[in-house]
Amino acid sequence: MYFRLFSLLSTSLLFVATLLTSCDDKDPAPTQPGTLDIEIDHLVGEQPLVLNTGSYTTPAGDQFTVSTFRYYLSNFSLGKADGSTYLVPESYFLVDEAKPASKAFTLDSIPAGDYTSLSFVIGVDSTRNVSGAQTGALDPINNMFWTWNSGYIYTKLEGTSPQASNGGLIFHIGGFKTPNNTIRTVSPSLKGATILIRPNRTPAVHLQTDVLKLFSGVNTIRFATASDVMGGANAVRIADNQAAGMITVDHVHAN
Amino acid sequence: MMCRLALGLAGWLPLACSSAEEAAPLEEVPGMVVPANFPAPVYSAEENPPTPAGFALGRVLFYDPLLSRSGEVSCGSCHQQFAAFAHADHRLSHGVDNRLGTRNAPALQNLRWRRELLWDGGAKHLETMPLAPLTNPVEMDETLENVLRKLNADADYQRRFAEVYGRKPIDSQQLLRALAQFTASLTSANSRYDQYARGEAGGTLTPAELRGLSVLRQKCASCHATDLFTDESYRNNGLPGGFAADSGRAHITQQRADRGRFKVPSLRNVARTAPYMHDGRFATLAQVLAHYDHGVTESPTLDPQLRRADGQLGIPLTAGEQADLLAFLGTLTDERFLHDARLSEKDR
Ligand code: HEC
Ligand code: HEC
Repeated sequence: MYFRLFSLLSTSLLFVATLLTSCDDKDPAPTQPGTLDIEIDHLVGEQPLVLNTGSYTTPAGDQFTVSTFRYYLSNFSLGKADGSTYLVPESYFLVDEAKPASKAFTLDSIPAGDYTSLSFVIGVDSTRNVSGAQTGALDPINNMFWTWNSGYIYTKLEGTSPQASNGGLIFHIGGFKTPNNTIRTVSPSLKGATILIRPNRTPAVHLQTDVLKLFSGVNTIRFATASDVMGGANAVRIADNQAAGMITVDHVHAN
Repeated sequence: MMCRLALGLAGWLPLACSSAEEAAPLEEVPGMVVPANFPAPVYSAEENPPTPAGFALGRVLFYDPLLSRSGEVSCGSCHQQFAAFAHADHRLSHGVDNRLGTRNAPALQNLRWRRELLWDGGAKHLETMPLAPLTNPVEMDETLENVLRKLNADADYQRRFAEVYGRKPIDSQQLLRALAQFTASLTSANSRYDQYARGEAGGTLTPAELRGLSVLRQKCASCHATDLFTDESYRNNGLPGGFAADSGRAHITQQRADRGRFKVPSLRNVARTAPYMHDGRFATLAQVLAHYDHGVTESPTLDPQLRRADGQLGIPLTAGEQADLLAFLGTLTDERFLHDARLSEKDR
């Protein structure tokens, strides 16, 4: 009974909150919303990532190849100079090196304005980890969902390394409960650029994702001691590396 | 009680207007009224509004071996209605090609009230939980992709899914939500004990059963709490043999303090769900009571409630108390649930 009352109350609160924010957000001269394209390149240090055949070396000197590299980006948010932000609703994307089309996507229906910052989550927010059956990027058919300890795998990197104990690399980064939470929100610098969202424009942000940054940065990952990671403490160490600069903005196209 | 029921009904009304899938009259989908002696469910009807067609589809899927790689194992193979949807007489689960699992298949009942599922709490939502048995090599050994391919190749399933969800092709969300329409309906709340607890006709307990109830309240209800008979916590109840084979909750949390802890199971229908414990080690309830009385074994994570002031372990139970407890546990058998024709195996 309390539960029902509570949910009723919170629903009405939410409703009021929605009303309030939609008033707040109103531009002095309301215009049509616009879009923002996100385009991503995958690099390993200076080299482009090539699945299976490319061979690479970590800053610590471990050699490796990559057969799978995919990760979730979600909860995109744009910020203005005055500190206000706009969270793009339902922004969940699965970026997959094996699917070139997944490395470019569009954020729709963004209120027109001049935005000076961009932030997003590497991973999936904790709510969606426990919200039941999902579709689209979050569909478990994408093989980015753990069933035995349910929740999303935010980043999957698989490959080989002569330094790994059995020659294989399996890095499945996920987890949303302390102390093994690997959800990371990042705001890569736009390097002084402004994203102008207008109904008649198609601006684009070019991102670069550097695979080496999974294994270096805050924590040095050596494949001799960590080559089979599925959540847990090592996943947290890698997530901290990801947060420290795996994704950078190469440039912003005003278009 | 009337008030709770009325509120429950009122909660349903807006659904009828707002939901695309029209909500069913209560009787048509079993188990959806919140029993007066239960708390509010975790998985509310609003999350996946029950409809007769959705429930019927979930029921067919639950009993369809098509969902397994070999076409021989259905959810119902390991979850049998007469055993409150546990696997009768099987210590460990039996999957495709007779592959043995590592745990005992628990009863499926009152799942809407569960925050976490499985013996270690690893599954966190009723809708996504079937992904575990579907893809487990020792259970149904199938891929989600292939299950959907099979369903989409089947004209009858195409029609049934389209009738419920109004869009094609059949996707994983439709499959999982349809299965959850069935699993969420498995409500057991009509045992003789329930009638007693709600002061309903037929709710009389014998003197021995009443004594058993009071022993249970005194000695067991700190863990097997409320009328759901579980507090939903993870505890080590002193099973001997160590936890090398199965670390329980620690498998999920990777915390040493969780080694050997398992979900406190409900005691509903317990007289029909043998064998007992996460590994099915006890064949009878008498053996379970003997364990609590003199079998509880030392380990670092043993629940403090099973340590006594004098340094002894376990819960002392006289022969009379054990007999009374057994009598009481029998009153938790819900024949209506075990024989509800709406929940029984159904071919398409
Ligand atoms: C091969 C036997 C087997 C099959 C087939 C099977 N299960 Fe299970 N089920 C089990 C076992 C064993 C457990 C406990 C596993 C654990 O705790 O790790 C379980 C646990 C569950 C639970 C959690 C119950 C609880 O109290 O936590 C649900 C719900 C469930 N199964 C539903 C299903 C559904 C739906 C299907 C069909 C898609 C299915 N099962 C197929 C053996 C099976
Ligand atoms: C400290 C908490 C605790 C107390 C007190 C407790 N239990 Fe349990 N009980 C558990 C846990 C945990 C399990 C599951 C253990 C496992 O499978 O590893 C369990 C399992 C059981 C089972 C097996 C159920 C099944 O489906 O497999 C029965 C029956 C049972 N308990 C009865 C009792 C009775 C009767 C008492 C009182 C004499 C009692 N318990 C006291 C925690 C407790």
